[in-house]
Amino acid sequence: MTNVIEQLGQWAVSRVREMGRMLLFMLSTFAWLVRPPFRFHQFMKQLHFIGYKSVFVVVLTAGFTGMVLALQGYYSLRKFGSEGLLGSAVALSMIRELGPVLAALMVTARAGSAMTAEIGIMRITEQIDALDTMAINPMQYLVAPKLVGGLIGVPLLVALFDVVGIYGGSLVGVDLLGVSEGAYWNSMESAVEWKDVYGGILKSVSFGLIISWVCCYKGFYTRQSAEGLGRATTEAVVLSSVLILVCDYFLTSVLL
Amino acid sequence: MIRLVGVEKKLGGQPVLQGVDLSIPVGKLTTIIGRSGEGKSVLLKHMIGLMQPDLGEVWVGDVEISRLSGTRLNDVRKQFAMLFQGAALFDSLSVFENVAFPLREKLRMKGPGVTKRVEEKLEEVGLAGMGHKFPAELSGGMRKRAGLARALVMEPEIILFDEPTTGLDPLMAKSIHDLIVTMQRRFGFTAIMVSHEIPEIFGISDWVAMLRKGKITLMATAAEFQRTTDPEIHEFISVGGTVALPASLVG
Repeated sequence: MTNVIEQLGQWAVSRVREMGRMLLFMLSTFAWLVRPPFRFHQFMKQLHFIGYKSVFVVVLTAGFTGMVLALQGYYSLRKFGSEGLLGSAVALSMIRELGPVLAALMVTARAGSAMTAEIGIMRITEQIDALDTMAINPMQYLVAPKLVGGLIGVPLLVALFDVVGIYGGSLVGVDLLGVSEGAYWNSMESAVEWKDVYGGILKSVSFGLIISWVCCYKGFYTRQSAEGLGRATTEAVVLSSVLILVCDYFLTSVLL
Repeated sequence: MIRLVGVEKKLGGQPVLQGVDLSIPVGKLTTIIGRSGEGKSVLLKHMIGLMQPDLGEVWVGDVEISRLSGTRLNDVRKQFAMLFQGAALFDSLSVFENVAFPLREKLRMKGPGVTKRVEEKLEEVGLAGMGHKFPAELSGGMRKRAGLARALVMEPEIILFDEPTTGLDPLMAKSIHDLIVTMQRRFGFTAIMVSHEIPEIFGISDWVAMLRKGKITLMATAAEFQRTTDPEIHEFISVGGTVALPASLVG
């Protein structure tokens, strides 16, 4: 019995220590972010990698999400004779919830895992140590640009996700199922408020931070083996995804 | 001068360094030998602040670096360069960009000045015209040469070599050793090398130190080291035989 309590205590201490280390990692990255030299090229490179290169997968996901939302919404609303509200249903779902969450999950899968793998391989092959020996701080050179890339790239992708999703809904609702085009767009305009848009932006910025922070952290502290790298990548994707969903709940409850 | 005083380090609960006292002579090539897993690379990483000792002091010149971090540690590291076991080249950059990296990122150099210095170093290590290749396209020996060029390009006062010939065939290992010695003699930097290459290291090193059971058990000139009467050290170095010192190194 004592043994079990001891193990439980050790587990709890190690979790708390890990959380503390994660927090210090983020704070340290922000501290290095505001110190010169500023590597503009590195920031642009990460924005290109996280943002531009995720466009295809985000457009694809957004299009089909909007379409299936319209399909489901149409048959639900038709029972009450409210097909005209389809536009507002699609737009509100997209802007408030699905846009930020699904876009962030897609970015985690595409760019977040790649971030962990890239930094993890650099750790295993001593490239991070090499940066240190050259008196170049790895936090500043490697992690800070990725953090900025996530903070700017994810909100832009979420905006794109929302637009494509709403047009996807229109394609199915208006063009295939025959909902009035005017009703679709008018209901959307009257139902969506600026606070919904701001809420979506706030969520997307938070999710961008979570993705870059967790994925860089897991890569940075990868254990020195191929197995360790595999585990780090899995942990990064799982933890980022879970944190995105948990954070989404709390942000929603504050914003509503 | 680099000086370690009573350095102790545990890794995963296991003691690795157990009170290392070591002074590295300036402008000489010092080789640290010892069995695998004795902590030679760990010792090397303490000298440049990649690892911090649990106990003891690490002095670089008149600065104690074991508790330094951030920009103060980076200031000390400006004197250093390091050639890693696997060369640690940035695999997303070409050989030219790898060698140019510290010039561009640390000295903020640009333009023809960078090209001139990088091409000079590539030529010195025998990689002239190979700058466009990527690390994945290079053989083990070429990677080490590129790593050496990157280490030399900032003209450091101290260069650390972590098993520079591991994984190379004997001929390639000899050419890397020759290159290290030639560069050390030409530029006069302090070189500290971790190696298993016995007896070759006696032919190239000025000083040799033996790490055993977490301590430096013997440090002597290459010639004196080979005459040791310590049975364990004698057994360790006699497995590979001994070599005569080149005339230039005698005395």
